[in-house]
Amino acid sequence: MLHNIAVVFRRELASYFSSPLAYIFIVVFLVSSGAMTFFASQFLIRGQATLEPFFMLHPWLYLFFLPALSMRLWAEERRTGTIELLLTLPIRTGAAMIGKVFAAWVFTGIALGLTFPLWMTVNYLGTPDNGVILASYIGSLLMAGAYLTMGAFVSAFTKNQVIAFILGVALCFLFTVSGAPLLLELFTGWAPTSVLATLRSFSVLGHFQAVTRGVIDGRDLVYFLSLIAFFLFAGTVVIDRRKAQ
Amino acid sequence: MIDVRHLTKRFGSILAVDAVTFTVPRGEVLGFLGPNGAGKSTTMKMTAGFLTPTGGTALLNGIDVIKDPIAAKQNLGYLPEGAPAYPDMTPRSFLNFCAAARRIDGTKRLAAIDLAVARTNLGRVMDQPIDTLSKGFKRRVGLAQALLHDPQILILDEPTDGLDPTQKHEVRTLIQTLAADKAIIISTHILEEVEAVCTRALVIAGGTIRAEGKPLGNGSWSLGDRRAEPGRLDAAFRAIVEGFNDRAFTPTETSHVA
Repeated sequence: MLHNIAVVFRRELASYFSSPLAYIFIVVFLVSSGAMTFFASQFLIRGQATLEPFFMLHPWLYLFFLPALSMRLWAEERRTGTIELLLTLPIRTGAAMIGKVFAAWVFTGIALGLTFPLWMTVNYLGTPDNGVILASYIGSLLMAGAYLTMGAFVSAFTKNQVIAFILGVALCFLFTVSGAPLLLELFTGWAPTSVLATLRSFSVLGHFQAVTRGVIDGRDLVYFLSLIAFFLFAGTVVIDRRKAQ
Repeated sequence: MIDVRHLTKRFGSILAVDAVTFTVPRGEVLGFLGPNGAGKSTTMKMTAGFLTPTGGTALLNGIDVIKDPIAAKQNLGYLPEGAPAYPDMTPRSFLNFCAAARRIDGTKRLAAIDLAVARTNLGRVMDQPIDTLSKGFKRRVGLAQALLHDPQILILDEPTDGLDPTQKHEVRTLIQTLAADKAIIISTHILEEVEAVCTRALVIAGGTIRAEGKPLGNGSWSLGDRRAEPGRLDAAFRAIVEGFNDRAFTPTETSHVA
């Protein structure tokens, strides 16, 4: 199992870098995350040595960037017919799924790691709490894993990457806003508080914000990991159930 | 070595393959003949363990493809319809990936790739992206991948499609050389190919086996209850599949599938 995950992982990761896609993605991600931190979030005007405005952008940046990475994971295999080749190798569907998502995750990790000049900037300008920053980076990576797995799950349904992208954004959006005040207000007053609490607990946003305060709580960790595990499993079932289009 | 038992596949209301049963012993090259949409590819996809059948199963070397798919696939070399391969990879990286997935490592891997490349004449395009290769080379990359681990069982869906006459001849010669110690299924539209390489043929139309064909020696074949002189297989074939052409794709039947 581990061997096959590694085989699929290496092929997938290499395929990102065999086309200009990887470089375009990284450059656009860095430029937009940097620009939005400095301009939209008034990073300098605040006069605080913190990366909070940068991390607060991540859920919204990922919402569009990560489905663009995950949309091709299975849709491309279906379109080119290579799914038939991959699944007639002695590789379990689950191993292929994990290898693919892990490759996209590591790729996102590389892009995220390349935002280190921002961290250097705050450390040059002031004395930020580097523990909080580290926790935020870990939280951001966990959130990225959840988004990518959801994207891989919807990609398993179709051979059309555009559909996979749009459905991916929609699913990630649902999991992002389920804790946002805007949505919760719709339910406040008539729905039982347990429903509200459940909705809030499903939100990526709430768990991510908890982590960015500097404490990686067991509950947040379990939340992200179980979200990832669930969608890995669901995506595998989808592929196994409908291999031919 | 290949034991197909009552394989059945239903897509919505269409019965694509209906209880197809046959066996292929070692040393035999079985040809699948039939019009488009007859169920040839679907039968091969199920036998190779890709599509899950609605009913029935297939044993490869005695191993059930449904109960133990991973072990069954270890004995199998499969060329899917259209010879798909990752377009951004080169034949070298692609064959390395397939070898790794099959746990062929180190010097064994180099030897396996060298042999498969020599057999399929891929040498001079090894470092070009598969995307940029001609149809004939793409087909041969698919063949190389199927031969890589020297499997006991080969299932090749239209192995000579898109090849020029010389390449067709080379692939047929290759299949004949491999045939002695393997069980092989090929599908084809070319009846002369059946005469050239197959030791038996099945005519599939409308999802079931309509006739079985065998060479009678001196180049003539029996197909069902008909007899065909050398090079005259097509008349017998056409008589058998009469009325089955594209049967699966008539509007009344597809209207239920969305």
